[in-house]
Amino acid sequence: MSDTGPAIETSIEAETDTARGDSGGVDQQTAETVLSARDLEVFYGDERALKPVNAEITEKKVTAIIGPSGCGKSTFLRSINRMNDMIDVCRVTGELRFKGKNVYDEDVDPVALRRKVGMVFQKPNPFPKSIYDNVAYGLKIQGKDGDRDAQVEEALRRAALWDEVKAKLDASGLDLSGGQQQRLCIARAIAPDPEVILMDEPASALDPVATAQIEDLIEELSRDYTVVIVTHNMQQAARISDRTMVFLTGGELAAFDDTQAIFENPKSQRVEDYITGKFG
Amino acid sequence: MSGTDLTRSATGVGGRTDSLVRYVFFACAALSVLTTVGIIVVLLEGSVEFFRTVSVFEFLTGTEWSPLIEPVSYGVLPLVWGTLVITVGSALIALPVGTATAIYLSEYANPGVRSVVKPILEVLAGIPTIVYGFFALSFITPQLQRVLPWEVGTFNAAAGAIVVGVMIIPMVSSLSEDAMHAVPDELREGAYGLGATRYEVSTDVVLPAAVSGILASYVLALSRAIGETMAVTLAAGMAPQFTTSPLEPIQTMTAYMVQIGISDVSVGSIGYQSLFAVGLTLFVMTFSMNVASIWIRSRYREEYR
Repeated sequence: MSDTGPAIETSIEAETDTARGDSGGVDQQTAETVLSARDLEVFYGDERALKPVNAEITEKKVTAIIGPSGCGKSTFLRSINRMNDMIDVCRVTGELRFKGKNVYDEDVDPVALRRKVGMVFQKPNPFPKSIYDNVAYGLKIQGKDGDRDAQVEEALRRAALWDEVKAKLDASGLDLSGGQQQRLCIARAIAPDPEVILMDEPASALDPVATAQIEDLIEELSRDYTVVIVTHNMQQAARISDRTMVFLTGGELAAFDDTQAIFENPKSQRVEDYITGKFG
Repeated sequence: MSGTDLTRSATGVGGRTDSLVRYVFFACAALSVLTTVGIIVVLLEGSVEFFRTVSVFEFLTGTEWSPLIEPVSYGVLPLVWGTLVITVGSALIALPVGTATAIYLSEYANPGVRSVVKPILEVLAGIPTIVYGFFALSFITPQLQRVLPWEVGTFNAAAGAIVVGVMIIPMVSSLSEDAMHAVPDELREGAYGLGATRYEVSTDVVLPAAVSGILASYVLALSRAIGETMAVTLAAGMAPQFTTSPLEPIQTMTAYMVQIGISDVSVGSIGYQSLFAVGLTLFVMTFSMNVASIWIRSRYREEYR
């Protein structure tokens, strides 16, 4: 059984619940677990895209998800903020807990969930609006009050884009280069201050320089946010992540461990074969 | 040895028919251009004759249109007014309803509903306009007479505007839906990912991204309303007058042209010539609408790759 990997990480540094501990008590989670999957399965029609996944994702770390094409890594990512709801034939069973609350419970509104779990997509997708309005949009719809200008500036600074755009905040977001557009999308995602940021191959459409900028940014972001990033680039996963999930063909979570352990000392032959490039 | 023979005769491709086909296609394309030119020439010729008798100033500023009954008067404004009442009235119905329909079909309806509703809308667009006119006369006007506390004429502007509005809804909804459907899903996902509701995604992201197509559909629909003939002739009547009451009969430019077309005015008479002057006015109006539509498309187009 290779999915027992997560068990190792869970309880070691558990300095018990914090004083408030209002959400943690339900399960045997540590205070640091922000997302936990319990037998999470995803189906597209009759086809199973994800075999039961059990995993705990830790707060303020970068968790990378790697695996060959069609292995279900994006499916898993999108099940976290229920973006899979958009697909009519998609069905989810099992649990995915966000801070103790199963996001697939009847009373969960995906809109509310997505306000706490931001997302950055594979292709930069700025809205056909000004740079300022792109960043302010999440703040606006979520009704965040405060100094809007300052919040926009803060988000753009965090996304390492402020210096490049501060003179042209009224220009269309579409006028920026691909790398800038992606950092704009990151600024847009972090502006409303979510707790988790999901990234679906955020650098795969970018050139090497822009990719390096995004990678630096991700490390920076993990100080304040829990980042879960899908990537098909194993070097990237090795460079930027603290922990790595390896999905293999058929939607199976084959390994989940500290990134160093995954790359230097893979526990199963199949994972090793994938990581050393024997397939995939 | 001169290598492989790649001449046409050796490989049996194209040759003479290929170039002949080119001319056939060109001739077909030229046909519609020539027709347009021919229409403009005919309109201009007839109008020149008309303006020998009636000054352009009198035509464009006169407020009395009485071409057949003495004392004759050729002020086109009452007809333009009639056309405007129908156009604005129908726009008030068709633009909101058509846009809402497009949003529903593009953003809310599941594929099953959509595959039923869209063809029905397109059937609505294919109903002959005379049938719409008859519908106005036999259904809309009686209903207005029943519901409204005021006196409603058998022919009235309101029924005309309503029926034309219904008629152009499919044009607005179908073209707008096409434009909204073309908005890439990545944009929707970006907004959903921020916690936007379906309504917010539709109005804040999809509508602005599709604005060029939507505005172009508005202009085309209005241009259709301006040019609409049979339905308004039947519904709104043939009484050229300035009236602010939509419950009274009016006459549009097109309805006047029907009236003259089927009347017994002799070819070459001033009444006959007025047909061309009114036709030219109408042409200028719809033509500028279509130019506006093209301009809007290019002006507001957002580039996506």
